[in-house]
Amino acid sequence: MPQHTFKRFDDELNELKERVLIMGGLVERAIRRALKSLNKYDMERAQKVIERDKTINALEVEIDEMTRTMLALRQPAASDLRFIISTIKIVTDLERIGDLAEGVAAITLQSENNPLTHLDSLNSLADAVVMQVNNALDAFARGDVDAALATIEGDKKVNKLFKGMQREHLSYMIEDPRQITVGLQATNIGRNLERIGDHAVNISEMTIYMVKGHDIRHVDHETAAALISGELEED
Amino acid sequence: MDTELKNKITIRDLKLWYGDFEALHGIDLDIYSGKVTAFIGPSGCGKSTFLRVLNRMNDRIPSCRVQGEVLLDGHNIYDAQIDVVQLRTHIGMVFQKPNPFPKSIYENIAYAPRIHGLVKDTQEMDELVENSLRKASIWDEVKDKLQQPGTALSGGQQQRLCIARTIAVQPDVILMDEPCSALDPIATAKIEELMDELKSDYTIVIVTHNMQQAARVSDYTAYFYLGDLIEHGDTHTIFTSPVNQKTEDYITGRFG
Repeated sequence: MPQHTFKRFDDELNELKERVLIMGGLVERAIRRALKSLNKYDMERAQKVIERDKTINALEVEIDEMTRTMLALRQPAASDLRFIISTIKIVTDLERIGDLAEGVAAITLQSENNPLTHLDSLNSLADAVVMQVNNALDAFARGDVDAALATIEGDKKVNKLFKGMQREHLSYMIEDPRQITVGLQATNIGRNLERIGDHAVNISEMTIYMVKGHDIRHVDHETAAALISGELEED
Repeated sequence: MDTELKNKITIRDLKLWYGDFEALHGIDLDIYSGKVTAFIGPSGCGKSTFLRVLNRMNDRIPSCRVQGEVLLDGHNIYDAQIDVVQLRTHIGMVFQKPNPFPKSIYENIAYAPRIHGLVKDTQEMDELVENSLRKASIWDEVKDKLQQPGTALSGGQQQRLCIARTIAVQPDVILMDEPCSALDPIATAKIEELMDELKSDYTIVIVTHNMQQAARVSDYTAYFYLGDLIEHGDTHTIFTSPVNQKTEDYITGRFG
């Protein structure tokens, strides 16, 4: 895309994108670290995840301020407008992901004296979710509509994995009522991860809006694909 | 967006030459009834020329030649039997610089209705003057000084007086060529507000360099570049997701 006649606007847009990706990186790392602390019973690491969420929150505030300024001073239109609007929404999702990762760390701390067991299905879910967030941010960075659509589809797998691990832990709890506390903690972590997956979907939807100008939220996959390919008009 | 759009003006394959220079290259455009259509584009793109095609203002330029159809309610305004003076009572025009007649405020409005024989007596004329000034949202400001010269008003008031003068002959279409470029933001806001009120009775076409203004006031936007109509669509789409890359570049300030 050619540069703006007013070049400082280009710098500002690039800076904005960079900040969002930095925030995305921090959020991804928070999920990974939260899971690692759970698997290694590493309470210190869990504590760090909770502390580092402040950095993520501060970035949210900073990016929001940047977007407000740009809206007020630059009156962006068309693709610039869509990029800035998407950014505002994506940053909210990233901040929520940060909170959910913090939640995982908090449950880990609660389980200090009573470590969680049967983590395999939870770890599979976590791997899938981290992949989803990574793909969503990647698609955003590259403006890749196909990758964003694939990420939205990928949420089905995340939901399936969550349901599976939930069922598994439920059966442990039924077998042995002493397992109920850790069982609930495990499923709560699973719930947090599943929600992180939903935020990855939101990010992908905003990426598609950013690139194509189509709002594909709350429509089924076929309708979304038809909108994107231009076979269907938005009303 | 709207279910029932009626064409007020239908333009088909319109070409225009100044001498040997082809300034407009076959424009096809529908201007919808009761809507505000904005023409945008960089200087020299042909948008003002095209606006002037719509009420045959270019007839006054000897070297200018027009080819194609401009149908006002289905009748070609370039037909030989069309009376241009009558045509311009149907399609009024407001210019960049307010240009009231060097006469009283009252006479500015009364002049055209009188020469066109639109009123019977003084009382009817008084009513027409008041109604026109009211519709142009300037009545309250001038009602106590109708006999003062129109040129004594402020720029924004003069422009609204010119709009009132246009309305006085009960046109169908009002063409506006950069109507706010000589006005301050408050006077501009008043004209924009006025356009919003007027569009229920008139079809409005505005040429503007101010893209935010086009975004604010228009229902439809047409982007011109180098004598071509690049894109025409509802304003919301043009300003959020234009189809054509050239439009995109212009709207986002990536031009030149």
